Amino acid sequence: MSSAATVHSLWTTAAEIPDKIPAPHIEYGQLAPTLIVFGAALVGILLEAFLPRRARYHAQLLLSLVGLAAAFAAVIGLAAGGYATDKARIAAMGAVAVDGPALFLQGAILLVSLVAVFTFAERRLDPRAHGKRVDSFAAQAGAVPGGAAEQAAVKAGFTTTEVFPILLFAVGGMLVFPAANDLLTLFVALEVFSLPLYVLCALARRQRLLSQESAVKYFLLGAFSSAFLLFGVALLYGYAGTVTYSGIAEVVDGTVRNVTPALAGTMGNDALLLIGSAMVLVGLLFKVGAVPFHMWTPDVYQGAPTPVTGFMAAATKVAAFGALLRLLYVVLPGMRWDWRPVMWGVAIVTMLAGAIVAVTQTDVKRMLAYSSIAHAGFILAGVLAATPDGVSSVLFYLAAYSFVTLGAFAVVTLVRDAGGEATHLSKWAGLGRRSPLTAAVFAVFLLAFAGIPLTSGFSGKFAVFQAAAGGGAGELVVVGVIASAIAAFFYIRVIVLMFFSEPRPEGPTVAVPSPLTMTAIALGVAVTVALGVAPQYFLDLAGQAGVFVR
Amino acid sequence: MSQVVNAGFPLLTATAAVPALGAVATAAVPAARRTAAKWLALAFSLATLALALVVLVRFEPGGEQYQMAESHAWIADFGVRYELGVDGIAVALIALTALLIPFIILAGWHDADPLAGSDSGSDAGRSYSWRPTQGFFALILMVEAMVVISFEATDVFLFYVFFEAMLIPMYFLIGGFGDRAAPAQFAAGTAGGGDEAAATQRSYAAVKFLLYNLAGGLIMLAAVIGLYAVTADDLGQGTFSLQQIVQARASGDLDLATGTERLLFLGFFFAFAVKAPLWPLHTWLPNAMGESTAPVAVLITAVVDKVGTFAMLRFCLQLFPEASKWATPAILVLSLISIVYGALLAVGQRDIKRLVAYASISHFGFIILGIFAMTTQGQGGATLYMVNHGISTAALMLVAGFLISRRGSRLIADYGGVQKVAPVLAGTFLIGGLATLSLPGLAPFVSEFLVLVGTFSRYPVIGIIATFGIVLAALYVLVLYQRTMTGPVKDEVRHMPDLRIRELVVVAPLIALLLFLGVYPKPLTDIVNPAVDHTLSVVDRHDPKSDVEPVRETEAAK
Repeated sequence: MSSAATVHSLWTTAAEIPDKIPAPHIEYGQLAPTLIVFGAALVGILLEAFLPRRARYHAQLLLSLVGLAAAFAAVIGLAAGGYATDKARIAAMGAVAVDGPALFLQGAILLVSLVAVFTFAERRLDPRAHGKRVDSFAAQAGAVPGGAAEQAAVKAGFTTTEVFPILLFAVGGMLVFPAANDLLTLFVALEVFSLPLYVLCALARRQRLLSQESAVKYFLLGAFSSAFLLFGVALLYGYAGTVTYSGIAEVVDGTVRNVTPALAGTMGNDALLLIGSAMVLVGLLFKVGAVPFHMWTPDVYQGAPTPVTGFMAAATKVAAFGALLRLLYVVLPGMRWDWRPVMWGVAIVTMLAGAIVAVTQTDVKRMLAYSSIAHAGFILAGVLAATPDGVSSVLFYLAAYSFVTLGAFAVVTLVRDAGGEATHLSKWAGLGRRSPLTAAVFAVFLLAFAGIPLTSGFSGKFAVFQAAAGGGAGELVVVGVIASAIAAFFYIRVIVLMFFSEPRPEGPTVAVPSPLTMTAIALGVAVTVALGVAPQYFLDLAGQAGVFVR
Repeated sequence: MSQVVNAGFPLLTATAAVPALGAVATAAVPAARRTAAKWLALAFSLATLALALVVLVRFEPGGEQYQMAESHAWIADFGVRYELGVDGIAVALIALTALLIPFIILAGWHDADPLAGSDSGSDAGRSYSWRPTQGFFALILMVEAMVVISFEATDVFLFYVFFEAMLIPMYFLIGGFGDRAAPAQFAAGTAGGGDEAAATQRSYAAVKFLLYNLAGGLIMLAAVIGLYAVTADDLGQGTFSLQQIVQARASGDLDLATGTERLLFLGFFFAFAVKAPLWPLHTWLPNAMGESTAPVAVLITAVVDKVGTFAMLRFCLQLFPEASKWATPAILVLSLISIVYGALLAVGQRDIKRLVAYASISHFGFIILGIFAMTTQGQGGATLYMVNHGISTAALMLVAGFLISRRGSRLIADYGGVQKVAPVLAGTFLIGGLATLSLPGLAPFVSEFLVLVGTFSRYPVIGIIATFGIVLAALYVLVLYQRTMTGPVKDEVRHMPDLRIRELVVVAPLIALLLFLGVYPKPLTDIVNPAVDHTLSVVDRHDPKSDVEPVRETEAAK
């Protein structure tokens, strides 16, 4: 043996033939909804690359609808196969849970997205540009607003059909978000649905600077919150030595079986646990739009193209609350006494701040933004119940609320004047006299937001408040009804404006939409009334879906 | 269960469903066929009246507490059932509601015509693409349906839903259909500015009405949820059934902590006190009644507000008997303030409709006083008062509406000497006014007397103070009559036509009814009294033994 070889053997050793790396075991069937949506999104990108421009719109629309419908069918199939109840399980090597809440929320997200696609595809509201029908999205996103490139793009009749695959990617991320069963999947899903949303926000056809500003704000604040979430994940990993939900829950509960020396060293460190879970919660509360992490909501809601706002307001809320529920009920039930007081405060501040600030708004979209904050507070009251009732009531509320929101924003796209959508409230004066049907439909949505009986808003509000009262949060219920009374004031004010004010001579007109938007609005009204008058079936559904797998 | 579920024809549901159907049908009438819409609405209201009369006839005063009951599952998750049932009080009030609506529709026949009607209103220039006439009558029928079902509901949740939902059509009635007369206060040529000012006032009144009642309702929502949580805790399964809760409380299965019961009671009572309205929550009523048309004002005070006082009897007392006793002194004082304060302000009013509104506040004080005196006479009188106040206020207010529509002003000072020009109008106005001040021989006298007697037997001092309300009532009614109807004939009034046939058809039956019930109230008391006895037995209060009798005996023994 040469000296060089001797020396070499000091720090190397002959490698053994490596074991075959085990392929991860993936239950493709149980992940089908997500996979279908992502698949459709990828195909959409290929269409964008290879189809001629004029064929893209119809191909993309068809693909999105078919993809979402197929994914919804897959969810129904899974639920019918018992995966929501007795066959609930963890899939994809512990990364994704397939259980009642996950399937319910995925179904809700898919339905909402399906309706949102209708509003995305609307092409009759904007006046024709150079003889071609246009939608709400910029002709060419890359062109400088007001520049020559933009004019050329408009003249050439370009449309941003990329919005459909982008939407599908966002939906895919949202499907994973409430089902994520480890913190890393949670983070990845968050990014997967956030990034497409940032892009979508920047794509408005009119008032592009406002739209781009809103996208930048959303992106910057969203990046902050993602960083918080990621840092929290790291701290929790440091605490528990694992990122899986059940693993962390065991350490928190103290039921963990084999305590390694490393774990023994960290699991006594409550600072890691508390700071870590607080930071993860901050990330989620940001997405939910709870005070004090709500600052982005009004600006983004106002600046984003209205169909995107509707989709974002409805679907993001569903996904984010789903993730929040799972985190609090699966990972941190052992810390209930630590997070409940904090969340109490957040819920109260959110309800009151959302309702009070909304009173002073003069823009419909901003008003709906603050109203969404108040509603986040109501839902948090249900989350706080920390009972199975709490889960099912929150699920029900989310389903009911998302359709009302989507419908309301769809109505907002109809009311237009020369500058595009007329979102300033003063322009809505007398709308009820000019086009009674539109105003009546919007009034139905506003009454549902206000929680008037016989609308879905009331059933939902009753469900969450009842769960909160049952979970020992009676004071929250009182604050909740006070906030509801304040909120009722500004919803009613819009109804007053629409029906009892004289129309302005140069006021906006109500555009006649294509069947696409009509379907979206009609569905919104139908769901609002159905869930208000006969909510039992859906409450049952939500009740059966109320158990998390662990 | 002390009820027999009616397996046959769902009469109660039908009584509420007919006006609801009527509302839909009326709203669907094409824009050009306004008159058809009116007749359709009238037909549906008469059909409702017929059904209400069937309910009245089939009701057996001595029978079960809740009769003609219906019960179906509705929202099992919340323990909510679709439960209907009527006791004597409800039967009387349903009959009152069904009786008044046809008159309200007839009286408002021209109130919602899109252009200037036959009256002096100058509303030309409004070009609505909507159908106000159809909407007006459809909304009235919708309110009727919701009021009727509120009277019938024996499930707290069901009651709450319609108690709240009622606000929406009422809100549109107040805000959307103002007084035709208002602009004519100004010169007829410059009606535009007056119109706008009136619209602003009206919108303010509608919003005030809605916010007051919505706030009350939401507080009640918290109490309703609290009730559910309590029953879910104690009974295993949460329930809203009034009878089930009352039974569970009687048998001791459901044991409310004193503090909880009081809080829940306050939550319920707050909503009803806003609706009734009780001082100091009354301020929405004068605005709402002043700005709306006379028929809608009647609808508010004679029909909708009765739901508040009715609910105090049915829900507050029966669900929370202990807390009711606890709160009685405070409520009695508040109702006393209502009586005197309402009457004093009525004396000082310059606006006819606001005067009637404040008079109503005073009368609602009497009703609440009677309810919480917790004696048979008191509560029987209060129930009777609800019916009689409905009829008498309807008579007075509708005639006042006819008067206002002729002159185009609500101000008392604008009238004078009307009785020389329009004697029939003045005569009916006088009878309505005399009924309001409870002249013996007219229906309200019986009820007011009973309330005062019932109160006096337990709380003599309060009874004495309440009597001042009657004195003040004489003052505001007679002064109103004197200023408007007597004296020299004013120029603007000189060519005022007397009551037309349609208007006579509205007023005459009401006056006949006032006279009949004033002389012979027995049919009504027979229906009401068993229900009142039952309520009192739940509250566990008995009439105080008269301590006059023993004294006499001892005197005699000497």
